[in-house]
Amino acid sequence: MKGNFIDNLPKIYGLYTGGFVVFILLMAILEQVGVDAETIGILFVLFTVLIYAAIGWLSRTMQVDAYYVAGRQVPAVFNGMATAADWMSGASFVAMAGGIYFGGYGYLAFVVGWTGGYVLVASLMAPYLRKFGCYTVPDYIGTRYGGDLARLCAVIVLVVASFTYVTAQINATGTIAARALQIPFEVGVWFGLLGILLCSMLGGMRAVTWTQVAQYIVLIIAYLVPVFWMSSKQEFGLIPQFAYGDAIARLGELEALHKVGELKATESFAGVRALTIEHATAGASALANWKFVTLAFMMMAGTASLPHILMRYFTTPSVRAARTSVAWSLLFIFLLYFTAPALATFTKLQVLDPNLATGIIGKSFSEVASLDWIQKWSNVGMLKISDSNADGILQINEFFMRGDIVVLATPEIAGLPFVISGLVAAGGMAAAMSTADGLLLAIANALSHDLYYKIIDPSADTKKRLVAARVLLIVIGAAGAVVASFKLTGILGAVAWAFNFAASGLFFPLVLGIWWKRANREGAIAGMVFGFLAGTAYLIWVRFMGGAEFIGLDHLRFGIVGMAVSLVAMIIVTQMTKEPDEETQRMVDEMRIPKGASVLSSDH
Amino acid sequence: MTDVSPEVRAAHWAKTKTLTITVLVLWFIFSFAVHWFASDLNALSIFGFPLGYYMAAQGSLIVFVVLIFWLASRQNSIDEEFGVAEDDDG
Repeated sequence: MKGNFIDNLPKIYGLYTGGFVVFILLMAILEQVGVDAETIGILFVLFTVLIYAAIGWLSRTMQVDAYYVAGRQVPAVFNGMATAADWMSGASFVAMAGGIYFGGYGYLAFVVGWTGGYVLVASLMAPYLRKFGCYTVPDYIGTRYGGDLARLCAVIVLVVASFTYVTAQINATGTIAARALQIPFEVGVWFGLLGILLCSMLGGMRAVTWTQVAQYIVLIIAYLVPVFWMSSKQEFGLIPQFAYGDAIARLGELEALHKVGELKATESFAGVRALTIEHATAGASALANWKFVTLAFMMMAGTASLPHILMRYFTTPSVRAARTSVAWSLLFIFLLYFTAPALATFTKLQVLDPNLATGIIGKSFSEVASLDWIQKWSNVGMLKISDSNADGILQINEFFMRGDIVVLATPEIAGLPFVISGLVAAGGMAAAMSTADGLLLAIANALSHDLYYKIIDPSADTKKRLVAARVLLIVIGAAGAVVASFKLTGILGAVAWAFNFAASGLFFPLVLGIWWKRANREGAIAGMVFGFLAGTAYLIWVRFMGGAEFIGLDHLRFGIVGMAVSLVAMIIVTQMTKEPDEETQRMVDEMRIPKGASVLSSDH
Repeated sequence: MTDVSPEVRAAHWAKTKTLTITVLVLWFIFSFAVHWFASDLNALSIFGFPLGYYMAAQGSLIVFVVLIFWLASRQNSIDEEFGVAEDDDG
C-alpha cells in the first residue's frame, strides 16, 4: 500500500493540480454570475486550507521514522517541491516583489542570496547529513561531536533562529486570513495557526511533506498567473521573464519623466513610502557593492544553516536522491524568484506609464482618488495619496504605498478579475503556512527528540516521545501566535534576523564537522556559543543601543560578525584541545561515502 | 564500517574535494564577483536588459541551478568510479 502511494504520486498530484484549476474556473464562473469579490476570496482561502488539513489527517502516523523523516521515502522531485514550499515564505511570496519595487537593484541581493545558498547546501551539507542518518540537525551535532552540551547548544540556536522566523510566518498567515476572511488580525493569527497545526500535528514530517507539495502547486500557480496575464496584456511575449528588458528600458524613460529620485516626499505617513530609487541602477560606490555582497552572503550562509531546510534532505531514500533533490528544490524556487523582478517591473510600469489605462502618476488627483483599489487599500492604511503641492496632479512623491501589498494588490492595479485576487491570497496563505509548518516541526522535533528523549529521558517509549512532540508543537505554535499578535517586527526584518542567527551559531560547526576531521567537541561548542553570542551582541548594539555600524554591517548583516567569531573560536579551541577519538574519525569517513549503512540507525 | 580500503577512500575524497572546490569557485564568481561590478556591467546589455541587473535578477540564478544539477551528476560518477555509490538506490 505504501509503495503504491509513492509510485502513484505523479498521478495523485496531477489530479490535484487539475482539480485546483477546475476550482479556479468555477470561481471565475461565479464571478461572472455576480458573486462578490469578498465571497470569492473567502472561498479560495477556506477551500485550500481545508484540502491541506485533509492531507494532514490522511498522513497521520504513530511511527517514529515516519513522524521525524517521512519514512525516508520521498522521491527527489517531490522533496524538491516540498522544500521549495518550505523555503518560500510569506517574505518571498508577499514581500519580495514589493521590496524590488521600492528598493530596485540593491534589493536583488535577497534574490541572489536566497538562491545561491543552495549551492552551499548541495556541495557542503545535504548529501553528507543524509548519509549520517540523523532525525534533526542537533541530532547530527550531538552525535558527531558527542555529549549533551554540544547537542543543547545546537538546540538553543535552532530554537532562537526558527522561532524568530516562525512568528513572522504566523504574522503573515494572520494578515492574509484577516483580509480574505474579513476577520480581525488577532483572530486571523489563531485561524492561521489552527490550519498550520492541522497540517503538521498528526503526521509530523510525513504530513508536512505531502501538504507542502500541495502548497507549492497552489503558490506557484498563484504567483505566475498574474504575471503572464499582465505581460500578455502589454504584449511582452509568451515567457515574460525573458522579455521584460524593454519594460526596464521604458521604466528608465518614465523615471526621468516623473523625476524618480529627484523628487523627495515632502510629507510622511506611517508604514507607507514613496518611490525614490531607480529600478535598475546599481550603486557605483565600494560601500554599495559591499552591502550587496554581504547581504547576499548572509542569506546564503543562513540558507545552509537553517534546520527546517536541512532536515528536508533527511527524507530522501538515498544520498544520491538527496543531491538531486537539492537541484530540483532550487529549480522550483527559481521559477518564483526569477519572476519576482518581472512582477515588480510590470506592476511599476502599470502605475507609472501614462499611456496605459492603469497609469496613475501624472494623472489628475481627483480622478486617481476615486479609483476602487486606491480607496480600498487606503482604507486599511496600506496606501496613501496626498496632493502635497496642491496642483491637482498626482506626482511620484505624492503616492505612498506599503511594499508588502505590491503582490497582493497587483491584480487590482492591473485591472485583472477578482478571481485572480482570490488566487493570490490563497497562494500567499500557502507560502506562509508551508514555511510555518516546517519551522514549527523543526523546533518541536529538536525539543522532543534532542532535549526530551536524548538528554532528559532516554528510556521514554515511542508513544511517549510522539505525544511529547505533539504537545510541544501546540505549545510552540501558541507561543508564536501570541508573539505574532504583538506585531513586534515587520515580516522581512524578522526573516533576515533568523538567517543571521542560524549562520552565526550553526554554519561552521555543521560544515567543519564534515570537512575537517580534526574538529572536536570543545571547538564546536566554542563555535556555537561565541558565534551566537557575538552575533546577538552586535545586533543589540547596532539596532537597539544606537551603536555605530562597523563597515556598513547593519542589523540585516549581523551574522558576518557572528560567523567570523564562530570560525576563529572553533579553530583556536579545537587546536588547543585533543583530537576526536578513533570512533568519531571513522564516523566522518563513513559520512563521506554514500555506500553502506547510515551512521545512525533508524531506532536511535 | 563499510568495507572500503583507506586508499580508495582517500582517492575518492581527494576527487570529491576538487569537485567541491571547483563548484565553490564558480559559486563565488556568480554570487559576489559579478555583482561587485554591476554598475559597470549595466553599460552593456543582454537580451535587452542592462547586464548588471540581468545577472542579479536572472543570470546568476540560472548558473546556480545548472551548477547544482552538474554537481549532482559529477559526484555520482565519482562515487561509481571508486565503487562507493549506494548499492540499492531507492
